[in-house]
Amino acid sequence: MSDRKPTHGTYAVLAVPVTMLVVFFLVPFGIMVASSFYHRVEGGFYTPAFELNSWRRLFTEVFIERAVFSIGISLLAGAVCIAVAFPFTFFLTRMKRRPHVALLVVVMSALSLSEVIVGFTWSVLLGRAAGISNILVWLGVMDEARAYQPGFVAVLLGLCYIAFPYCVLTLYPSLSRLDREVTEAAQTMGASPWRTFWTVVVPISRPIIVAGFLLVFVFTLGSYLISAILGRPEHWTLSVFISDQASFNANVPFAAAMAIFLTVLSLAVVGVVTVVESRTRRLT
Amino acid sequence: MRTLKWTTTGLTLVFLVAPLLVIAIVSVNENRYMDFPPQGLSFEWYWALWTDLGWRSAILTSLTVASLGALVAVAIATPLAYVLRAYRIRLSPLLYALGILPFMLPPVISALGAQVFWNAADHAGRIENVIIAHGIFFSTLPLITISLAMETMDPALPEAAQTLGANPRTTFRTITLPLLVPSMITGYAAAFVLSLNEYIIAFLVAGFSVQTLPIKIFNGIRYGFTPTIASVAVVFIVIAATVFSLFAVFGNLLRFLGADPAILERNDA
Repeated sequence: MSDRKPTHGTYAVLAVPVTMLVVFFLVPFGIMVASSFYHRVEGGFYTPAFELNSWRRLFTEVFIERAVFSIGISLLAGAVCIAVAFPFTFFLTRMKRRPHVALLVVVMSALSLSEVIVGFTWSVLLGRAAGISNILVWLGVMDEARAYQPGFVAVLLGLCYIAFPYCVLTLYPSLSRLDREVTEAAQTMGASPWRTFWTVVVPISRPIIVAGFLLVFVFTLGSYLISAILGRPEHWTLSVFISDQASFNANVPFAAAMAIFLTVLSLAVVGVVTVVESRTRRLT
Repeated sequence: MRTLKWTTTGLTLVFLVAPLLVIAIVSVNENRYMDFPPQGLSFEWYWALWTDLGWRSAILTSLTVASLGALVAVAIATPLAYVLRAYRIRLSPLLYALGILPFMLPPVISALGAQVFWNAADHAGRIENVIIAHGIFFSTLPLITISLAMETMDPALPEAAQTLGANPRTTFRTITLPLLVPSMITGYAAAFVLSLNEYIIAFLVAGFSVQTLPIKIFNGIRYGFTPTIASVAVVFIVIAATVFSLFAVFGNLLRFLGADPAILERNDA
C-alpha cells in the first residue's frame, strides 16, 4: 500500500518522530564524537578543545588487550550459543504442542530476565554459599564447597545465558518453516536421521546460522552487567570499561573514543548480517 | 538421534531453569545470609520489598520510567511506521534505519550519548532524561511490530473507506488505527519489559540521583547480599513466565515468534 503520494500533512506527521530521533539520538551521538576530542581536566570535567590524546590511548596495550578480550569472548559465546541453540531449536520445532509451547515459554521467560538478575542468579549458583558445590557437598560428592566465580568460565556461562533465548528466536522462524519433504526425502533414500541432520539440515541453514552467530556476537559485545558481576577486572568487556571511564574515572573523552570504536565494530557486523540475510532472501 | 534429542533438550532446560530454582530456594531462606541447605522457611523478604522504603521507591521509579518510556517509544514509532509504509517517501529506507539504529548498537553508546547531551544541556540527573533515553532506545520494538502490521494489512480496507467518501484523516482514525492497536500494544509491552530490566542507560544518564530497580539490585550485590534481592528476582521471573504463558494460552505465541502456522498440526499428526 506504499503507493500514495505524500502531502504537506504527511511530512508534518513524519516530522515529529524524526525530530525526536535526531534531537535525542543523532545530536547526542554528535556531541559524543566531538567530546572524544575534548581536553580532559583532572577531577571529572572536560573542556572543548581539539586533541588526539583520547584517540591515542586506543592504541595503547591496555586498550588493545581489552578490545581483543571483548571480541574474543563474544565470538566464543556466539559459537557456544549456536552449537547448543541450533540442535535445540531444530528438535523444538519438531515437538508436539504441549512440550513445544512449554519450552517456548521457558525460553521467553529467560529472555525477559534482567541481565542484573541473570548475573546475580549465576553468582549464587557458582558461589560458595548456596550454589552447585554446596549441593554436591550435601550429596556427599565433594568434600568442601568452592567458588567458581568470579572467573572466565562464569562470564562465558552468563553471556551464553542472556544470549541463548535471542539465538533460539532467530533460528526458530526459518527452522519451523524448513520443508519437511526435504528431510523426509533424505530419509526415504536411506540416510539416517543423524546423517540427514548433518548433510541436509545444517547446510540448508548455513545463512541463518551465520546470522544467529553474529547476532549473539553483537549482543554480548554490548553486555555490561554479566562481566561486571561474574568477572574480575581482567574479564571486563568494552562496555564495562567505557561506562567505568565515563562514571567512576570521570574521563568522558576517552570513554567517547572507545564508544566510537565499539560503534564502528558493531556497525560492521550488522552490515555483514544484512548482506547475508538479503542474499538468503534472494535464494528462497 | 532420539537420545541426542532428549539429552540436548534436557540439558538446555536444566541450564535455563537451574539458576531460577536456586534463587527461589534462597529467597525463602529464613536466615539473613545465604546458605544451603536453607534454614527454615520464611516469606519475610517478599514482605520487605513493600515495607522497605528503598525497595519500594526503586520499584515505583522503575514502573514510572518503564510505563512512560514505552509510551514515548510507541509515540515515536506509530507515525514513523505508518507514514513510511503508507506513503511513497524517497528517504524511506534511511528513515527506517534511523529508527532501528539506536537498538542495533550496544546500549552503552546510547547511554554515553545521552549522558554528554544532558550535561551539555545543563539538565543532568533528572528522571525525564531516563524516560526519553529509554523511549528512543526501545522505539525500535514498536517500530518493528507496527511496520509488520502495516505490511500485512489488507489494502482494500482503507481503500473501501475512501471510496465510501471518508477523507484520509477519517480513514486513519476509523480504519487503520484500530487495526494497528494490537501491534501497538505488543510493541508497548516489549518496550515496557525491556525498560524495566535496563541498567546501563539508566545508570549513565541519571544513576546517582534516579535509582531504578536494576540499579538498586546491582548496588545491593556490590555492597553485600540480602535475600530481598533474591525475592525481587523471583517476582520478576514469575511475572515474565505468567505473561508469556497467558500469551501462549490466549494469544498466538507461535505465530508471534514467526513459526509456520501449520507446524503444530503436522507435529501432532
